[in-house]
Amino acid sequence: MREELIVSGRMNPHIDPQLQIWEWHIPAYLFLGGLAAGILFFASYFYIKGKSEEYPTAVKLAPIFTPILIGLGLLFLLLDLKHKLYFWRLYTAFKIESPMSWGAWTLMAIMPLSAIWAAFNIKSLFPKWDWKFDIVKDAIKVLEEYKTPIAWAIMILSVILGIYTGILLSAFNARPLWNTSILGPLFLVSGMSTGAAAIIILSKSKAERHTFAKIDLLLIAIELFLIIHMFMGFRASSQVQIDASAMFLGGQFTAPFWVLVVGMGLVIPAALEILEMRHKKIPYMVAPVLVLFGGLLFRFIMAYAGQMSRWLY
Amino acid sequence: MRYAMAVDTKKCVGCSDCVVACQTENNVPIGYCRDWIVEVTDGTYPQLELEHRSERCNHCENSPCVRCCPTGASHYSDGGTVMVTKNKCIGCGACIASCPYDARYTHPEGYVDKCTFCLHRVKKGQQPACVAVCPTKCMYFGDLDDPNSDVSRVIKKRKYKTLIPEAGTNPQLYFLI
Repeated sequence: MREELIVSGRMNPHIDPQLQIWEWHIPAYLFLGGLAAGILFFASYFYIKGKSEEYPTAVKLAPIFTPILIGLGLLFLLLDLKHKLYFWRLYTAFKIESPMSWGAWTLMAIMPLSAIWAAFNIKSLFPKWDWKFDIVKDAIKVLEEYKTPIAWAIMILSVILGIYTGILLSAFNARPLWNTSILGPLFLVSGMSTGAAAIIILSKSKAERHTFAKIDLLLIAIELFLIIHMFMGFRASSQVQIDASAMFLGGQFTAPFWVLVVGMGLVIPAALEILEMRHKKIPYMVAPVLVLFGGLLFRFIMAYAGQMSRWLY
Repeated sequence: MRYAMAVDTKKCVGCSDCVVACQTENNVPIGYCRDWIVEVTDGTYPQLELEHRSERCNHCENSPCVRCCPTGASHYSDGGTVMVTKNKCIGCGACIASCPYDARYTHPEGYVDKCTFCLHRVKKGQQPACVAVCPTKCMYFGDLDDPNSDVSRVIKKRKYKTLIPEAGTNPQLYFLI
């Protein structure tokens, strides 16, 4: 038997008895960032493909909400900072090795672009919208000439934003549960799935909903594959990662993760989407709402469980 | 120059004097500490082995905290020590999450704080507070690049281990076994 204990009474707040430096802000932000990234990806992708009229919700309506989603996420990030007045220091440095640094710069770039995209399409939500000031109208007119390059920039940045939410966590080798390169792609796919779900909820056209249900189904399948792949990797890895995965394979996170995230958040919506495609009468809202709920819970569980996984003591 | 510290686990009795000395010297806020004692009990009675370790920031050569810091507040300083610049730190917690030794904490004022190897004392030719105060003289501090420093000599003579070298951090806190 071996017992390792801190005996000098160390009780540093948020560190002991177990790390809890990040509370609800970070997983909530990761969810909002992933959701916005998913919506923006589909908006720019289908615009570039010339399908604006076919998928008006994806290209025009849904992205109107993304500056709000990103703004809310940024607010959560700011609330999480402990030395808030120095937040601008993020933008006096660029550190390529720190995912948080290039994530901050990505947000800085994609936030105004998403607002510009929303401005292009605001009339699809509020038909009587008036910008009031001519200068705004003129600015939008000028920017509209560059709509395609802007769409390309949004598409690339949205992929970076989506994948960074996972890489942010996977860069911490101190937390064995996060320290897997699967996490980046997994968060990206999960974010895109929540984006597709949001588009289904907002869409009024059956054909558009149908397309996005198909896309969502594919994304859920990839997500399930990545989750299984991740746990296979943990099981075949070092002791600390075996211990980290044990929290999900018999440990305290087993039920919430497999029942709520995988079951209710992935498998059930996938089954509902398949049934709907076979023209069974199912309220179309159920599957996407479950996907959104599953995506949110997935990030909360990963953020909390990751901080519990450790090397020492 | 490469500052390092060695702790003799055979001499350490776990009295926590180093912890109190550090808190006093560095004005560590109440309820926080930059160093701590770990007691390891190995075996089954009556075949028991006991190990005491005085632990602190490992001032790693490949520091995950320096790598993950988004602003450059966490940086390498004199002798390879890892330091935090207060007015560059935004308190995001990335370095705290990245440290496998959990050696950092958020100061009540908001910035991240940790062991400095008492660089302010070392620069005056003194020992770090924890080393200076140790009643069993179980700690050795010095420059690894100088073969005649206390720490170089003791590491040459004795067997030692570092904590979780497999985390790839290249820690500079040596435990004599």
